[in-house]
Amino acid sequence: MLTRKIEFLVGVFLLAGLAAFLVLVYKVANVEVQTSSDTYTLTAEFSNVGGLKVRSPVKVGGVVVGRVSGIALDPKKMEPVVTLTMDKRYNKFPETSSLSVLTSGLLGEQFLGLTPGFVDDDVATLKDGDRIYDTHSALVLEDLIGQFLYSAGSKDKK
Amino acid sequence: MRLTDSIADLGRDALGLVAGLGKAGLLLWGALVQIPRPRKGTPLLVKQIYVVGVQSMVIILVSGLFIGMVLALQGYTILVDFGTEQSLGPLVALSLLRELGPVVTALLFAGRAGSALTAELGLMKSTEQLSSLEMMAIDPLRQVIAPRFWAGFFSMPLLALMFTAVGIYGGYLVGVEWKGIDDGAFWSILQAAVEWRQDIVNCLIKSFVFSWVVTWIALYRGYQLVPNPEGISRATTQTVVQSSLAVLALDFLLTALMFGK
Amino acid sequence: MSQTQTALVEVKNLSFSRGSRVLYDKISLSIPKGKVTAIMGPSGIGKTTLLKLIGGQLTPDSGEVLFEGKNIHQLKRSELFEVRKRMSMLFQSGALFTDMNVFDNTAFALREHSGLPEAIIRRIVLMKLEAVGLRGAASLMPSELSGGMQRRAALARAIALEPEMVMYDEPFTGQDPISMGVLVKLIRELSDALSLTSIVVSHDVSEVLSIADYVYIIADKRIIAEGTPEQLRHANNPQLRQFLDGAPDGPVPFHYPAMDYQKELLGASD
Repeated sequence: MLTRKIEFLVGVFLLAGLAAFLVLVYKVANVEVQTSSDTYTLTAEFSNVGGLKVRSPVKVGGVVVGRVSGIALDPKKMEPVVTLTMDKRYNKFPETSSLSVLTSGLLGEQFLGLTPGFVDDDVATLKDGDRIYDTHSALVLEDLIGQFLYSAGSKDKK
Repeated sequence: MRLTDSIADLGRDALGLVAGLGKAGLLLWGALVQIPRPRKGTPLLVKQIYVVGVQSMVIILVSGLFIGMVLALQGYTILVDFGTEQSLGPLVALSLLRELGPVVTALLFAGRAGSALTAELGLMKSTEQLSSLEMMAIDPLRQVIAPRFWAGFFSMPLLALMFTAVGIYGGYLVGVEWKGIDDGAFWSILQAAVEWRQDIVNCLIKSFVFSWVVTWIALYRGYQLVPNPEGISRATTQTVVQSSLAVLALDFLLTALMFGK
Repeated sequence: MSQTQTALVEVKNLSFSRGSRVLYDKISLSIPKGKVTAIMGPSGIGKTTLLKLIGGQLTPDSGEVLFEGKNIHQLKRSELFEVRKRMSMLFQSGALFTDMNVFDNTAFALREHSGLPEAIIRRIVLMKLEAVGLRGAASLMPSELSGGMQRRAALARAIALEPEMVMYDEPFTGQDPISMGVLVKLIRELSDALSLTSIVVSHDVSEVLSIADYVYIIADKRIIAEGTPEQLRHANNPQLRQFLDGAPDGPVPFHYPAMDYQKELLGASD
């Protein structure tokens, strides 16, 4: 009787330890296991994703509508391809929509801003597996400063 | 005269320390270098995991939750000044994984389970149960010390994992549920900062080193104590003090090895 | 020759000291097979230590302990364990395992060493418990037993493996008269019925003299007297007489050694 109870509790203990380990491995150390049915997937190509990370939010006017689920480099074009997992509730975006890598605040986290495009009769809505072509890459501070200095310098010459 | 006396004392203490280390080593050697007997050994081990692990679970989980929450709250008040409160996730997770998880668990474990092990062995010694095993031709190292050692050695890292996981959840509660940091940003920045090798493996290495040391000290103190009430109470205190100091010193050493480069 | 054949244990020129304090100085005694041998002496002379020396738990400074001619202290650990299976010890405190009930305590050594199936072990254990009158208490925990019952349960455990020799460490200390009577009867009966060799270490004079076949009296690091109870009762060694009669003063002085009383009272110290 008593030993049975002890064995059970020890089993619970070991399982709790295993569960904690799995939480740390998958939830904390970033090994994705997300296959949800109420989402759909989009892809987009950027020339520079900057500090965008997997699980960064995709926002429309500040509302989170999806998340980045993958960032990879296209082996042929040598350009980053971002996979987005979008919420099924927001499935009426036209294919003319555009994506930009934005930053929340000066030092904050980067996220994707989605700007819905115009709607017309011959413009279809984005469906699972579609690609967004109109993308704006991340602003890289060093490039900006470089451009500014360059343009300032060329002005001086004139 | 005074000086030579104190030098002699120092020498005696040093010799005593080395001899004690030797005795403790022999104790562990005698207990662990055995042919395993799964059929008789398993029930003993299960019972000790219950005593050492299961009974320490509540204090570990509650402490973990509160430490995670406090860490998040304190971190938030500082980070929010710099507008970087979204870095709360890595702050909480890395503090817990790299330091607080293994260290605080080891300290709590020394206080909860280590002292109990010492006191129990002391009681068994003072009631001559250990002698009695000897006279029954049963090796008390195998029967009593070995299962307690293995139980402690494996339970504490599991407790440290639980502590860390619950602590991160506590940080999540404060950061996301209370202070309103974005859920996805919290996890995404946290996940980007935590590495499998650097953080989780090192957390496990630290936990196993600490559990080895704490369990060892507790068992040695219990096995060597003077079998009377005063001896038991002194040995219990020694277990907690010595294992806490050992854990903190080793933590510095391990941190220097792991992250010092 | 016949002397060595009947002796199960022989202690020869044994010296033992703890720290700087000498407990035994070259004592020799022999424990005949199948008899109850008592070792008596005032408290604090290390009678328990003697049993631990015989059981091989402590190593003497010099001298030897022979069990059937084999030197206990030169055996390998595995050989020593084999010898220990043939002896057992009843500790002063009983030393029952606090986390097991009486039945499991009694069955413990059997389960460890005999390799018998559980059904047979159960029968053996019940027989042993019946012998000490505790069959009804099989499911009780040691903490639920009185001191006398604990000692009886420990006795059942000690004889579970049917040893050839049982060492009793102060079996009568702290017992009420009834428990004492029960234990005296049990030790004698077990010794006769199982032809056990018994060593009783005690300072309870009347109980010991009533059951022992042969008595050694130790005081002052050596054996001061030996013989059958009858011989001892008529001996006139003053130290022995003081011990047997319980006289407060005699060769063992009432006062702990001290400086001159008058001098100390008059403040002549330092």
